[in-house]
Amino acid sequence: MRIECPICGSRDRREFYYLGAEDYLDRPSPTGDADKDAEAMHRYLHLRENPCGPTKDLWHHEAGCSAWLLVTRDTASHEIIAVELASTRKTAGAKS
Amino acid sequence: MGYNAFRVLKEGLTGNKGWRPAWRDPEPKAEYDIIIIGGGGHGLSTAYYLAKNHGLKNIAVLERGYLGSGNIGRNTTIVRANYFIPGNSEFYSHSLKLWEGLEQELNYNVMHSQRGVIMLCHSDGQRDAFARRGNMMRNQGDDAELWSPDQVRAEIPYLDFDNTRFPIYGGLMHGRGGSARHDAVAWGYARGADRLGVDLIQQCEVTGIDVKGGKVTGVQTSKGPIRAKKVGIVTAGRSSQVAAMAGLEVPIESHVLQAFVSEGLKPAIDHVISYGMGHFYISQSDKGGLVFGGDLDFYASYASRGNLPMMEHVMEAGMTLMPAIGKAKVLRSWGGIMDMTPDGSFIIDRTEIDGLYMDCGWCYGGFKAVPASGWCMAHLMAEDQPHEVAKKHTFSRFLTGEGLMDEEGTGSQHNLH
Repeated sequence: MRIECPICGSRDRREFYYLGAEDYLDRPSPTGDADKDAEAMHRYLHLRENPCGPTKDLWHHEAGCSAWLLVTRDTASHEIIAVELASTRKTAGAKS
Repeated sequence: MGYNAFRVLKEGLTGNKGWRPAWRDPEPKAEYDIIIIGGGGHGLSTAYYLAKNHGLKNIAVLERGYLGSGNIGRNTTIVRANYFIPGNSEFYSHSLKLWEGLEQELNYNVMHSQRGVIMLCHSDGQRDAFARRGNMMRNQGDDAELWSPDQVRAEIPYLDFDNTRFPIYGGLMHGRGGSARHDAVAWGYARGADRLGVDLIQQCEVTGIDVKGGKVTGVQTSKGPIRAKKVGIVTAGRSSQVAAMAGLEVPIESHVLQAFVSEGLKPAIDHVISYGMGHFYISQSDKGGLVFGGDLDFYASYASRGNLPMMEHVMEAGMTLMPAIGKAKVLRSWGGIMDMTPDGSFIIDRTEIDGLYMDCGWCYGGFKAVPASGWCMAHLMAEDQPHEVAKKHTFSRFLTGEGLMDEEGTGSQHNLH
């Protein structure tokens, strides 16, 4: 598997660390309501759509440019559909 | 009809004409008291114990493919009870005890072989940790022995003991651990459940779960709608998809775990051996193939196949531990889809929907759990109360943070186990 880093170009999968679903970019802000906040944090940290098919997840180009990438990928075929820098995310979050 | 040596002899002398299919192939009825979604090891054992332990009738198991076509048919077949954390410890201890009586219970040869599982250690710190784990196992009532390097050398002489980077400092031997014939476990439970009146319905894909007023009322399937009073989702690997049919989101991410089998060799490896420094474990099947595996590929996947870097890593770890296997040829490899939970431990619990239960999140350790998982899931579904040895395995532990069972001590977050 190779990932097309927007900065470094096509690189071996071994240069990247996988963090997980795009959900990690949508950290909930505290509202002051402890129960509500715990629930929101639980959704953010643990609950996942976990799709079989296209998904968006976060990869860190650890052994390269150190950029965080948002990779659109098919979990059923391992096809990489698109790669963008997480810092310039244009799309809305999965759960927002 | 029961299986026994006399019958094998008789059938052998009469042209093997008396064997009958081990289970029926029924069409689904319009309604069942209990439906189990998933005809793998856990689903079949759940159905078996619902009928056997709780005397329930009118149960169906719905399977999308054929019985035992998922991870129960493709795994590295290791059976052990060497867990450390309260919750896991008593559960796997219970499971191992069920394994020890399984063949008599099912009248089916599952080839359970208690050849011993040894975890090797490679530093003083790791040896101390294993001593502590061994004490925990003994406190639980299971067996564990801390072996010196000389003891390991006497039993397993072909390892690279004096490896410069990772010399072998000894190992933790769990003598009652071992392996079993994976398919036979599914077939044995299927036959047992069928004989107790459970309808095993194959080629029947569940496409929807009917919920009315917060209560489950049945399922939609490729063979039409079926009503049910209670439904159990036992579809590890696909838990997220099936849970979504009831509008539920679960704390699971699916990952791929690869395993490998070599060509058949003469008997060489007597135990199940796990390498403490490279995430590698190996045993030899009764057919002679070396069965070995390593870590997850570490990215979400449903592809049932992994990538080459992890394959290379596993081969390297194997060569470091036992250089002799370098001459064996790898015959085949496969990737299984693992339900990974944040803390690396499983879930057997009710859901927020009345009458809907889930048995999921088996991570990469579901095979050894098959008997106890079915036992506890059946108890939960029949009594509506968690079984004593699985009561800590709830969904709510992730919300509250109370009672997390993180065996590796790496934290309770996805991608850490």
